[in-house]
Amino acid sequence: MASPELHRFTLPNGLRVVLAPDASAPVVGVSVHYDVGFRSEPEGRTGFAHLFEHLMFQGSESLEKLAHFRHVQSSGGTFNGSTHPDYTDYYQVLPSAALERALFLEADRMRAPKITEENLRNQIDVVKEEIRLNVLNRPYGGFPWILLPPVLFKTFANAHNGYGDFVDLESATVDDCAEFFDTYYSPSNAVLTVAGDLDIETTKSLVEKHFGDVPARPKPERPSFAEPAPQGEVRHEHADPLAPLPAIAIGYRVPDPVTDIDGYLAYLVLAGVLTDGDSSRLQQRLVHREGIVIDLNAGCGLFGPLEARDPDTFSITAIHRADVTADQVVAAIDEELQKLAQEPPAAEELAKVTARWASTMHKEHDRLTNRTLGLGSAELLFGRAELIYELPQRIASVTVDEVSAAAKALRPDARALLLVKPTGGAQ
Amino acid sequence: MTVSISSPGQKTHRSAEEIGRTEVGPRPLPALGVQKAAADLSTVDTVLPSGLRVIAIRRATVPMVEVRLRVPFADPAASSTGSHHSAQAEVLANTVLTGTATRSRVQIDTELALVGGELDAVVDPERLSITGNALATGLGTVLDVLRDVLTSASYPAEELEREQARLVERIAIARSQPSVIAREALQKLLYGDHPYAKEMPEAEEVAAVTRDDVLALHRKALLPRGSVFVIVGDVEPAEAVAQIGEALGAWQGEGEAVQLPPLPAVKGGDVLLVHRAGAVQSQIRLAAQAIPRTDERYPALQIANLVYGGFFSSRLVENIREDKGYTYSARSHPEFTIHGATLLVDADTASDVTAAALLETRYELARLGLVPPSESEVDIARSYAIGTLLTTTSSQSGLASFLVNLAALGLGVDWLVSHPQRLQAVTPEQVAAAALEFFAPGNFTGVLVGDAETLKPKLAALGGINLGGVSFQ
Repeated sequence: MASPELHRFTLPNGLRVVLAPDASAPVVGVSVHYDVGFRSEPEGRTGFAHLFEHLMFQGSESLEKLAHFRHVQSSGGTFNGSTHPDYTDYYQVLPSAALERALFLEADRMRAPKITEENLRNQIDVVKEEIRLNVLNRPYGGFPWILLPPVLFKTFANAHNGYGDFVDLESATVDDCAEFFDTYYSPSNAVLTVAGDLDIETTKSLVEKHFGDVPARPKPERPSFAEPAPQGEVRHEHADPLAPLPAIAIGYRVPDPVTDIDGYLAYLVLAGVLTDGDSSRLQQRLVHREGIVIDLNAGCGLFGPLEARDPDTFSITAIHRADVTADQVVAAIDEELQKLAQEPPAAEELAKVTARWASTMHKEHDRLTNRTLGLGSAELLFGRAELIYELPQRIASVTVDEVSAAAKALRPDARALLLVKPTGGAQ
Repeated sequence: MTVSISSPGQKTHRSAEEIGRTEVGPRPLPALGVQKAAADLSTVDTVLPSGLRVIAIRRATVPMVEVRLRVPFADPAASSTGSHHSAQAEVLANTVLTGTATRSRVQIDTELALVGGELDAVVDPERLSITGNALATGLGTVLDVLRDVLTSASYPAEELEREQARLVERIAIARSQPSVIAREALQKLLYGDHPYAKEMPEAEEVAAVTRDDVLALHRKALLPRGSVFVIVGDVEPAEAVAQIGEALGAWQGEGEAVQLPPLPAVKGGDVLLVHRAGAVQSQIRLAAQAIPRTDERYPALQIANLVYGGFFSSRLVENIREDKGYTYSARSHPEFTIHGATLLVDADTASDVTAAALLETRYELARLGLVPPSESEVDIARSYAIGTLLTTTSSQSGLASFLVNLAALGLGVDWLVSHPQRLQAVTPEQVAAAALEFFAPGNFTGVLVGDAETLKPKLAALGGINLGGVSFQ
């Protein structure tokens, strides 16, 4: 894929800036990625990084509560924020006439967010509703992103629930927020990305105008979250009274994407060979030939590939028939992995995965929101925004032997096995 | 709370108050710049001899093509009771891509994958949709597979049998989702046994479908006349139309694809309580009659809806989420059929605040008519409507999906291009009139799904609720 021009610079306060001009439509995307996610939450404060993300929308020195939303939307734009294991992002996508406004809004809350007791209590209630909606009141809630990490990992940072326990959320204080902001939300710990219809020189001076006087603070030392892979197969049963059918999630460790990106990508290709499309190996066998599995997925990263640093996860998930045991499904998966370990996949299998990834990346880039966020997270995690343009080429150069080796490394004696058991009784 | 080493009493961070102010003080919001217009769309909108309408648009932002085929696929019966259409249509959609006279399911997927492509079929009470995309160089492959599927889908017996079994399980999974339970209850309340209300068949109906049923339905109902094919991407529109005409020319059929029969108007009434034992959150789903996009009052209604609950800066969201913390997700939106539209209001709230949230939701409905949107509220909503039309149609997939929905209503690119002017022309008085006419609480009916035992005391006090509702499970 042709790599469009990227412009980079760093402000004296440490803020890294990526500009990615593209004049094909008169719209622009602005995002800020902060280098802190839910892995950095201390014990007793699960869910805090996500709660804090909500608070960043609640006003800042120049903006009353609700003003952020109104200014973005009255400019014809959309916005959101999301919290990941290793970072938290915020974005606006708007008609390009509103570029300066978006920069102003992001700069104002990077400089001086207004954190009040009233807004904190309000957003704790909102976050609890979010958790009821997405986890507590539905079948397969948090499957697998909340349920699998405590089986695969041992340390609190890697294993805990990033949405948080209600007790922890309720004990959050305004002073916790102040300390979290001062520690992690410094300009030197962030990447600003502007993509779309923009003029380089004008945008540079607007960035300097609005972010230039955000005071410099030290960049926090990022601790290592490394921990050893599981010894043996760690099993855990999770009772789900709302689920109509049993499900499994198998979790493995993958190579560090920062130090060994090509090793990591071999697992991404393996995921495609296993589960992408009706002609993939596990879909063919488990869903279409044997008919024991209803829905099946495999992939790197519980939030998508290249969305986290080490340690990251390779997972295979399946919702399966109630008259089939989890062990039967796992045994069939193991057998297919073993076949791949013994005999590398055909070149055509890789060609399919490569072509579909090329399409997927094109489609991602065509949506300005995804392009802006993709550039920002690649710059933050890997120091290379252009990685998102190089991925199709890198994926295409993964060899059949590397995929075979990746399959071989997914060993039964170093993995997590989560079993979701429906306990609601017959309906 | 963060891990920090400090001696007792030593401050390691500023207070929230210190963080929230600077020496300079609050700064003024920058003005908007001058907005460039979107580039003109190069487009062809034509009807092939088979009766298939084709809309082709060049948008070469990435070397891809997006395709959307929409076939009206309604149940011709007056009532869904005793009709097998819903089950047969669902089985057809789940198996139409599993084999043809010359290709197996695996071959179809392999050919598509090699050009970075995919095709997917889904059906609802109004239409069958086949959605796809591929690298632009693979358009020929996508069209050939599509031709093959449309003219000679073979519904292999073993694929059919397995997909039927799988469909039964997938329906069970869908029906365990609170949002699906609420949707089914609402549609049933609004439309009774009209086929429009039946969005999913029953397990035993799926099991009873035969291969002959599906083959017959394909012959009878999967027709080009009345259908529309949209292609957006890195193509020359005239060439794309010629290529589509050649590839899909063999897709013929007698008669015209079946449009949805007219729907009964939605009338206001009590909200029906639907019991879901042990639920920790409730689904509030309200509905009222609205007007189609072609009605001259529609732009005013669109803005009134935004002010009510159609975006984040709306009265409903600011009230029940940002002020009271009753919900994470509250919204209102119009839903269109070829005949008209409904206004839908959705909110999910914890059981102990459900009655209060419903009270506020109704209060805001009444307030929209009685204290109509101010000029500033209208302007914010108007800018949002115009701006998001630009951003959502700036991607190939966004434009293709938007257009195929417009085409279903008999509209086309012209409507998309001219809609910002219609929104610009709307006055606060017109918005006030639309608010008063369409948002009156008495116009609305709806359902509330939740744990009835927990909810009843407060709902009984609130009133306007049918507490003797249906029970789920």
